[in-house]
Amino acid sequence: MRDTPVIAIRNLYKDYPTPAGAFPALKGVSLTVYPGEFVAVMGPSGSGKSTFMNILGCLDRPTSGDYELNGQNTAHLDKNATAKLRGQTLGFVFQGFNLLPRMNLEDNVSLPLVYSDVPKSKRRKRARQLLEKVGLVRYAASLPSRISGGQQQRVAIARALINRPSLILADEPTGNLDSHTSQEIMALFTNLNREGITIILVTHESEIAIHARRLVRFRDGVIVQDAPTRQASAKVKP
Amino acid sequence: MMFTGMFNEACSAMGANRLRTALTMLGMIIGVGAVVLMMSIGQGAQIAVKESIDSMGSNLFVVASGSATASGVRSGSGSTPTLTTADAEAIGELPGIAASSPIHTGMAQLVYGPLNWNTRIFGVTPNYLDVRSWPIAAGDNFTESDLRSATRVALIGQSTAENLFAEEDPVGKTLRIGQAPYQILGVLARKGQSLEGSDQDDVLIVPLTTAQRQIFGSPFQGSIRSILVRAEQAEIMPQLEIAIVDLLRQRHRLREGQENDFSVRDLTAIAESAAETTRIMSMLLGAIASVSLVVGGIGIMNIMLVSVTERTREIGIRMAVGAREIDVLTQFLLEAILISIAGCLIGLALGVGSAVLVHIYTAVPVIVSGSSGIVAFIVAAAIGIFFGFYPAQKAARLDPIEALRYQ
Repeated sequence: MRDTPVIAIRNLYKDYPTPAGAFPALKGVSLTVYPGEFVAVMGPSGSGKSTFMNILGCLDRPTSGDYELNGQNTAHLDKNATAKLRGQTLGFVFQGFNLLPRMNLEDNVSLPLVYSDVPKSKRRKRARQLLEKVGLVRYAASLPSRISGGQQQRVAIARALINRPSLILADEPTGNLDSHTSQEIMALFTNLNREGITIILVTHESEIAIHARRLVRFRDGVIVQDAPTRQASAKVKP
Repeated sequence: MMFTGMFNEACSAMGANRLRTALTMLGMIIGVGAVVLMMSIGQGAQIAVKESIDSMGSNLFVVASGSATASGVRSGSGSTPTLTTADAEAIGELPGIAASSPIHTGMAQLVYGPLNWNTRIFGVTPNYLDVRSWPIAAGDNFTESDLRSATRVALIGQSTAENLFAEEDPVGKTLRIGQAPYQILGVLARKGQSLEGSDQDDVLIVPLTTAQRQIFGSPFQGSIRSILVRAEQAEIMPQLEIAIVDLLRQRHRLREGQENDFSVRDLTAIAESAAETTRIMSMLLGAIASVSLVVGGIGIMNIMLVSVTERTREIGIRMAVGAREIDVLTQFLLEAILISIAGCLIGLALGVGSAVLVHIYTAVPVIVSGSSGIVAFIVAAAIGIFFGFYPAQKAARLDPIEALRYQ
């Protein structure tokens, strides 16, 4: 039938210990994402979407339930193996860009390659290709502080792409940007998705979510809506 | 992660806050510098002591005559001439004795041309030079026949020669003591300082009989102040000391319970205790200096902890893009080791430099050995690892989610 899902999640639970007892952040979440999908995740604060993204990014572990990434169950992986997944199978894009301030753009973009033991000359070449792709190759030797927020986010996207990941996880990537720049970033994501890259994006804003092809809505630790964006957008409330 | 990459990152992290890195290094610089300087001075002192022990001669006994008591006033050892030339000869016959020489000593004013000089005169037998292992630099020793006939001949020490003869060659020249002329037969090789710091080359050596009869005019013919004895080996010295005491008690007809009218001292034992003292002193100096090395190490730990806290977000980002715990650990550890080693190298240069300056301005003997440099280097690397490990581990164990959230 279809390819192996990039993400196959079954019955995921996550409890956080608090002084008043365990607080359930996720209460039985199941989701399957196939290669080439563009998924927007929405939901109010505290709905569990950040916890969900942390687990997707192998930064956190579920209390119970299965998470398969490219058909591989992540439950039994040790820390080094999850670090390798983060570096080579996933690409992160953050709200605050999270570039290293002391490094020039080229080094920032090639940072994931440093941890996968790629030789320097190859790192440079690949970093320049990706800076070219996001239209910032002329700033390759500049520090992040010299360029605008939108440009920084494009550099961060280039960094996320450098290891040819199966999945890009973007956590409110336009949260710190004005609406015009946000549209530029979303256009970039849309282009990447057309090239076949799978993207999962968390956002608060429906005009951002509209760029995705599938919408997943969280509330109180469960998925309350999962539908194609065109269908769902009719019901999107501001 | 590859080493060159980590090395470059550590360097750039160090360069990002130069003043702080320099101040952290300063702790190591002072620590290593102090250790190198103290070790240099300590080793210098040890070598100086060893040299003066060697110059004194090895395996030596001094047998001194006893003290005199006149109207309740005790005059100190050597004041009564209880030892005789015959005693010296008898000791020389004992088994295990390499050489021995009686000594009659005193001060006298030497005159040569317009110059004069007050120095110590040693009246000895020809084998005195053998006892002291003291070679002649120029000319010849006096002979047994000079000794028998109390000839006015002398051997001159280097310092005495410089003071009386300046640039001239003293061999064959004649100097005066009082009105009497003395011919210089030879010049002794340089001995340097004794353990007490006196100049052993400021001396004039004459035949024993000459000193007794011509210069000091002893009232007791054949009496001497002391006897210098050299044993064949260091191991037999304790037995030999007992043998000498027994022999002399017998010869002096001392009864059971009567005190010795002479004393026997083992100069080697005195020398060894002096060497031991300097050794302990130099160890102590090193120990005190290494305290500052430890303080320097704690400084590194302190700064690394601050650095880990400051760079929490950076650590989170690195972990998100695939850094393993070991990558983060090595990155911070390498930074600590680099600071430590760089500080060590500068400290080494500074320590050696100040040791040389100390030598130039105070004439304190100083030995800069390669081994102290190697030791300091290894210690610095070890301190970097030891004090860098805790902060590095703290960084490596950060939770990536918390670290990314850190502002």
